[in-house]
Amino acid sequence: MRVYRNGERSSMTIHIPAYRHGVYPDANGRYGEFGGRFAPESLMAALNELALAYTAAREDPTFEEELTALERTYTGRPTPLYYAERLSQRVGARVYLKREDLAHTGAHKINNAVGQGLLAQRMGKQRIIAETGAGQHGVATATICAKLGLECVVYMGEEDIRRQSLNVFRMKLLGAEVRPVASGSRTLKDAINEAMRDWVTNVSTTHYLIGSAVGPHPYPQIVRDFQSVIGREARAQTFDAEERLPDMVIACVGGGSNAIGMFHPFANDPAVRLIGVEAGGAGIETGRHAATLTGGSPGVLHGALSYLLQDDDGQVIETRSISAGLDYPGVGPEHSYLKATGRATYVTANDDAALSAFQVLSQEEGIIPALESAHAVAHLLALGEQGALQIDQIVVICLSGRGDKDINTVADALGVMLK
Amino acid sequence: MTRTFPQTEQPPIAAAFARTKAARRIALIPYVMAGYPDEATSEALAIALGEAGADIIEIGVPFSDPLADGATIQHASEHALANGMTLRKALALASRVSTRISTPLVLMGYYNPILRYGLERFCLDAAQAGIAGLIIPDLPPEEAETLRSVAADQGIELIFLVTPTSTDARIAQAAQMAERTGGGFLYCVSLSGVTGARDRLPDELPAFIARVRAQTALPLAVGFGVSRAEHVAEIAQFADGAVVASALLNAVDAAPPEERVAAGGAFLHGLRGG
Repeated sequence: MRVYRNGERSSMTIHIPAYRHGVYPDANGRYGEFGGRFAPESLMAALNELALAYTAAREDPTFEEELTALERTYTGRPTPLYYAERLSQRVGARVYLKREDLAHTGAHKINNAVGQGLLAQRMGKQRIIAETGAGQHGVATATICAKLGLECVVYMGEEDIRRQSLNVFRMKLLGAEVRPVASGSRTLKDAINEAMRDWVTNVSTTHYLIGSAVGPHPYPQIVRDFQSVIGREARAQTFDAEERLPDMVIACVGGGSNAIGMFHPFANDPAVRLIGVEAGGAGIETGRHAATLTGGSPGVLHGALSYLLQDDDGQVIETRSISAGLDYPGVGPEHSYLKATGRATYVTANDDAALSAFQVLSQEEGIIPALESAHAVAHLLALGEQGALQIDQIVVICLSGRGDKDINTVADALGVMLK
Repeated sequence: MTRTFPQTEQPPIAAAFARTKAARRIALIPYVMAGYPDEATSEALAIALGEAGADIIEIGVPFSDPLADGATIQHASEHALANGMTLRKALALASRVSTRISTPLVLMGYYNPILRYGLERFCLDAAQAGIAGLIIPDLPPEEAETLRSVAADQGIELIFLVTPTSTDARIAQAAQMAERTGGGFLYCVSLSGVTGARDRLPDELPAFIARVRAQTALPLAVGFGVSRAEHVAEIAQFADGAVVASALLNAVDAAPPEERVAAGGAFLHGLRGG
């Protein structure tokens, strides 16, 4: 009988271990002490099957060909790396935007949806379920299901349905069924709970297409790998433009899929600083935020050990952010590992700062960003105001999505009535 | 292997199954959510179930994200949390219950509150409260070894769930881990799905139980969807115990507030009498 050595976690966190690249997840789905597979037994066989199918797919050249072809002709990759001239002047550095907002469906979520869609098809699963917060992952999933002829059910919290009505209608137009979730805080976390319940019930016919780098192993790895196309392209494009690597890479972090996709290809370049920006909501000090890595502590939610916003009794705390896509009390386990090893730094941007960055980018670059991505821009603006940047420094920001979906929220926040 | 009780004395859960086996009947394992509908009623209900002949009682601990549970237990969990129930209070409740009845108590709840409490301290406090076993739906064997060994030091069994989707190898793994501690049982989930009352048991259930039986001599209890006396009678033909949770909660909910405790006892009685 195998002896599992996953104990002594608390004593392991006393010293900061060195970041190690390319070795995680290990065979137990761990990233250092984080990750794992804390899932109901009903799902364990399916998770094993998924891990095997994924490994086999990645070793199969036809899968890679199919994926690359769809990325090029359907998603529209590579997405541009855009030199943001006026933004650069404003903050005093050389700022590039990785334009995931220009990918098909308007956000990076399509990268993972296409990859997992092909994987599900390969596994013979005809029914796809997904959770969604801002609706971008729901739209991306509905899109690839329409393309591949798969049945699609998307779980979405009632609160998110209210604030993202445009995306709800898009999903329906794409032929998906949107199921409202009325439990708990009625946001992303509860949509994941409900999707897990569906998966437990229909596991033999259904693939759960998780949208962020969270969940039990192998999900955080699968999502990271499919999203890493962002960082691979950005790394090569920065090199083409500047003949060197960037000094700093910035991405917003909710569950953390665009950030891990951006960070991972740079993580083995020690000179490149990796900065994740979490949702500070009304301010960390108010307790009304979604900054898991900044304000949380290690715990188990949705199948993985990772940072978690929880109370003293281990109950998960309700979060608050102007951005539905960041409104989540957990975070992907690899981010917890990057934080624990000091390889990446995590900061916050409040609602107000994000809203202001949303307007700056719209008015000075002609790009209306998603409120999620506006958090990353907000941190850049804060660095600029602090005089923390140098004129020859290269900063790459992951502009994870476009802001059309957020127009109602922004109008509300600015006190504008839309007809 | 460290045990806190003498070798000659059987651990409480094994003793409970030995008694039902000798009496040629099935062990009935009802579930009470600590703090639902309120703390006092859940405590009185657990005592009443013990007095009505429950063989083991599950004390549910509420969690904010009960992803393996259906509507009934989700609802109870949400209300219990709103009533201020915590893991610490659930242990205190169990402790008071165990002074009133001798029925072995098993705590059922999700992993994070236990992790937050601290595994060692939790197992010490749980043993003091008279807890004989733990059922943790989001802690599969792969992740359970640390807690299993800490719990075993306090004479507490870790009770693993096995499901129709579990491979034979996984069932064997769960059984071996349970057997290392000694006297628990395997919780056989009747179907692939979440908790909740259902009209009938799946047709594949006897074959599934036979598949589990081929891997272990541990007692086997069937849960998820067990709702009626006919179900219990059917399960008695091939398994050693039946867990009844959502249907019991529904019966208690349906009674007027002052009759809820009595309704719980009567429902348990009815399950036997069918």
